[in-house]
Amino acid sequence: MGITISNISKSYGEITALSDISFDVKPGELFGLIGPDGAGKTTLFRILTTLLIADHGQATVAGYDVLNDYKSIRNSVGYMPGRFSLYQDLTVEENLNFFATIFGTTIEENYDLVKDIYVQIEPFKNRRAGKLSGGMKQKLALSCALIHKPKVLFLDEPTTGVDPVSRKEFWEMLKRLQKKGITILVSTPYMDEAALCDRIALIQDGNILEIDTPNAIVSHFPKPLYNISAHNMYNLIESLTNYEHTYSIFPFGEFVHYTDKRHPIDKASLKTYLEFQGLTDIKIEKTQPTIEDTFMELAK
Amino acid sequence: MKRFVGFVRKEFYHIFRDKRSLFILFGMPIAQILLFGFAITNEINNVDIGILDQANDVTSKEIINKISASKHFSIVDIIHQESSIESIFKKGKVKAVLQFENNFGNNLIKEKQANVQVLTDATDPNMASTISNYISSILKKYQQELNKNVSVDYQIVPQSRMVYNAELKSVYMFVPGVMTVILMLVSAMMTSISITREKEQGTMEILLVSPLKPFQVIIGKVFPYIFLSVINAVVIVLLSIFVFHVPVNGSLFLLGIESVLFIITSLALGILISTISATQQTAMMISLMGLMLPTILLSGFIFPISSMPLPLQVISNIIPAKWFIIIVKGIMLKGIGIGFVLKETFILLLMTLVFIGVSVKKYKIRLE
Repeated sequence: MGITISNISKSYGEITALSDISFDVKPGELFGLIGPDGAGKTTLFRILTTLLIADHGQATVAGYDVLNDYKSIRNSVGYMPGRFSLYQDLTVEENLNFFATIFGTTIEENYDLVKDIYVQIEPFKNRRAGKLSGGMKQKLALSCALIHKPKVLFLDEPTTGVDPVSRKEFWEMLKRLQKKGITILVSTPYMDEAALCDRIALIQDGNILEIDTPNAIVSHFPKPLYNISAHNMYNLIESLTNYEHTYSIFPFGEFVHYTDKRHPIDKASLKTYLEFQGLTDIKIEKTQPTIEDTFMELAK
Repeated sequence: MKRFVGFVRKEFYHIFRDKRSLFILFGMPIAQILLFGFAITNEINNVDIGILDQANDVTSKEIINKISASKHFSIVDIIHQESSIESIFKKGKVKAVLQFENNFGNNLIKEKQANVQVLTDATDPNMASTISNYISSILKKYQQELNKNVSVDYQIVPQSRMVYNAELKSVYMFVPGVMTVILMLVSAMMTSISITREKEQGTMEILLVSPLKPFQVIIGKVFPYIFLSVINAVVIVLLSIFVFHVPVNGSLFLLGIESVLFIITSLALGILISTISATQQTAMMISLMGLMLPTILLSGFIFPISSMPLPLQVISNIIPAKWFIIIVKGIMLKGIGIGFVLKETFILLLMTLVFIGVSVKKYKIRLE
């Protein structure tokens, strides 16, 4: 009843959007599709929601084939496209009512499913959807995608352009929905959200880099990782880039994430080198890799 | 059915909340019918003319009196030299000049022939020929009065009568035409825009991933416009009856049925346009350029089809408006029944079926 994807490929003319993608999403799983813009996430969503036809490969959603049983899929999934796609000139309540009606249900019938989300926007139910803030728009869109009690929920970048507080709330809602037995496939360009999924697939340029639980993916990071900081970030990056033993560097907040070609690392000589480059306040500490580090490493 | 009702309700919200589309829907028809009815006219009234009376005798005076007595002309300038004719034409003071030769009256009696020259400003050719016809007919009438007591051998006297529009009012011609243009434009443009808007705003994506069937979406889209276009048709007919006094000699019921048929034809055309255009702007351009111009120019609304070159006459057959104009003119002015417009009705019906068939076939159940 989840999602199976086998050997899906899709190209637009010369551009390959997806090349030979295969993975499964288990029933009731919260599965994340993590990758930068243009990685092919939206194309995959559109193939699974029967909006596009793949060039090669098969896929099933909730047990239905995306090509032959597209009508059954359209009856049983909820889809929230990346772009805000509700009627801006309809009020919050009218939008929700409309989507309930076209799926042959009513707000009352499935109210408990959307209640947690809808209560937050209910005070604005007579406001036109176009006049809502970014976070409220996403909550309304999620309510509309949920109102017919879908078996599988597709959320394409639901938190892009949403403030951090709303993002956090949004993910808490997804967790609650998952408990109600809904399979959720969600895509996001934010690596910090990846850790909240049961399993994630890292995707770039139409290829799956890795599929696993967030913890396992992090543990696959091949080398010891160090946080390096100094008083001058720009100089620090410059100096490390030119350092002969540097394997990878990656700016991460106030630190630089650094891996070394040598094993084990010679911390003292690295520090001496940096001091020689005129840097002060140098700190070098071992740290835990994040999904972002793994992604950057795999994407190399 | 509930789904369909929900969809139609949503469409009405869209229409009534968008002031621009409301204006196009209801403002444009009224403005157009009033404009066409009042401003555009082929009749001539109070045309300014000049007189150069070189004879200055009883006969010429009589003719001048007759002309100034008619409501079509008003004499604004009496000229004394031939040389000043050109200058008053150039100033645009008059549209025509009537020049009587020397000894006009004497010539007429003695020589049995006298000359009067009618000079018209043909920068507006239709106007010029109409003026010249009107003046000729006044002169002819005068001549007949002179000849009353004289018997002329071999005389052909045409007895013409203008049937269905005895006063030759041009509003009789414009009302059916404007009604056709408005119904075509409003129906086709509004539906094509409203379907492409769903594509442009991304809502089509969600509608596709829903149990709504293509025909439910299409019928749901056109249903409100059938309703609103019928209101438009009623307003136009009422305006033409009460403001312009155009008679409806035939059955109002038949006129209503035929109008609904034409509205559906236009809506089907609108759906067809929306299936081939991706943005509201394209849909609007196609509707305006692709529908409005042929509808105005090739339908026989303004220019008679019979005087067009053959290729255009052939093309005019595929313009739905041509057939509807024939029907409306027939019912309103000639008062004919369904029996006389069966062919035209059948052609419109056939066109509608073809448009709907092609649109359903071309309607995309996916994004590409």
